[in-house]
Amino acid sequence: MNVVGIVKYSIDLIAVLLLALGIKGLSKVRSAREANRLAAIAMFLAVLGILFNGIVEGGISASAWIWIALGSCIGSILGALIARIVPMTSMPEIVALFNGCGGMSSLIVALAVALFPLSNSDQIDNFAWVERASIVVSVFVGSITFTGSIVAMGKLQGWLATPSLMQSKFRHLINISLTISSLIAAIELLRSGQTGLWLLVISSGILGIGVTLPIGGADMPVVISLLNSYSGVAAAAAGFVVGSQILIVAGAMVGAAGLILTKVMCDGMNRSLVSVLFGGALSTSMDTAKGGGEYVNITSCSPEECALTLEAAERVIIVPGYGLAVAQAQHTLREVTRLLEVNNIEVSYAIHPVAGRMPGHMNVLLAEADVPYEQLKEMEVINPEFPATDVVLVLGANDVVNPQAKNDPSSPLYGMPVLDVQEARTVFVIKRGMSAGYSGIKNDLFDLPNTSMVFGDAKKVLGDLLVELKELGIGRNG
Amino acid sequence: MSFLSEALWVLLLGSLLGLELIGKVPPTLHTPLMSGANAISGITMLAALTLIIKAGSNLPLLIMGSISLGFALFNVIGGFLVTDRMLAMFSRKTSRRNRRITK
Repeated sequence: MNVVGIVKYSIDLIAVLLLALGIKGLSKVRSAREANRLAAIAMFLAVLGILFNGIVEGGISASAWIWIALGSCIGSILGALIARIVPMTSMPEIVALFNGCGGMSSLIVALAVALFPLSNSDQIDNFAWVERASIVVSVFVGSITFTGSIVAMGKLQGWLATPSLMQSKFRHLINISLTISSLIAAIELLRSGQTGLWLLVISSGILGIGVTLPIGGADMPVVISLLNSYSGVAAAAAGFVVGSQILIVAGAMVGAAGLILTKVMCDGMNRSLVSVLFGGALSTSMDTAKGGGEYVNITSCSPEECALTLEAAERVIIVPGYGLAVAQAQHTLREVTRLLEVNNIEVSYAIHPVAGRMPGHMNVLLAEADVPYEQLKEMEVINPEFPATDVVLVLGANDVVNPQAKNDPSSPLYGMPVLDVQEARTVFVIKRGMSAGYSGIKNDLFDLPNTSMVFGDAKKVLGDLLVELKELGIGRNG
Repeated sequence: MSFLSEALWVLLLGSLLGLELIGKVPPTLHTPLMSGANAISGITMLAALTLIIKAGSNLPLLIMGSISLGFALFNVIGGFLVTDRMLAMFSRKTSRRNRRITK
């Protein structure tokens, strides 16, 4: 091995090492930010390595430099722009969008190599087979990742609803036939190296839509995580296509780590991956659950009453949910809790692992509003504390506080870990109306005698509450 | 053939490494971790770069490589920046708390 080879290999090795350290560090709160930077540096190094190799081996032509500059400028500027302007509340969507573009990138590479084979492709038969197989994998996974991620983003943004056709059992038929046609196209492409390419692109692309569309919003984070894992696989396959080992390592690492993360998320919701992917939006059991699901004992109250109860409380627990994120009410909430804290009322936040549309969603949201990190408590920690709590404020959360998950074996939610808010003395549910949560299931909590509903947009109700609390003189005697 | 066997080894070891890297992740970090891993999966930009470098004077190949590079960098740059934005919120809290303790 000559000097050039050694330099190139060492750059690659360091890059891989830093990437691994980056992923590792990202799983610890303390080191996460540095780890993220480390991973970014690793990527930069890997690019330098490729450019170095290109320059040494035959050089990079001027036109190549122009196209490199063009593509990277447009991509980076758009990426940086979007990353900056997107509000924190739509993080899940944006991760899905980025992920889809990663899949698209692998797809285009594979397409390019399939359409315009890189010079001497007829050399050895073995190599041609490997190349074709990796093109097939890259195209298949790449287009599923792209369309699936875009659909996931659309659903989270509320741009897309699930058509009833895709909620029926019929969708399995559609997806199975799409799978078969992808398979046929894949075999054809493997055999000939040319035909079947576009059929594979199209049918796997539609398959990505068909699989993602029926999945309910609450399960979307799991799907995004899974698609993220896929884009790692697509990258690894692209590594086989162009013969780059660092690409294979990094792709495989992301693919495997994504799979683990997906499993961790599934465990948090007590759902199996299979039921997330093929169960649809709990649609079959929804009708039966709704049948006996009339509310009989709803107590509604005004922000004023809520303020009076809060004033007398000693311990308050806030249960945030997606509604809080939608209403952008985190800052108003923080003002309310500041008043309470000044009055020596103990405030903590109960964070359900899947509250919001993505695990960690609520942590990010509350951190934005300056809520101290140590006040955020995880479900296992806070559940024993509910019986000793005076007031629980449920803000835009629904399914995660449904006692059915514990009491009613016939409920589709049964078995999902939930927050035991009904154990507290008083529960206020701030909610826009009586509509069901994402699962579409009636919430027994609303019927309980110690639960009162405060109807209205979370931000407006909290604003009213703030005024009422101030009128009661809370916060002045601090 | 040697590239294939080497590449398969690399694939195997890389996957095992990925499986081992993430053990117990606090729920707080699920979103940032997903976003960070997502940025790393934009490593396909290396494939796009290789494509452009090897394309020679093949214009369609250059264009496709460039588009692919654009998509990949959109993923990488956007992904890392968004992850950093999320994580900045956590670290700001800790630094403030430390300040309070030192006071």
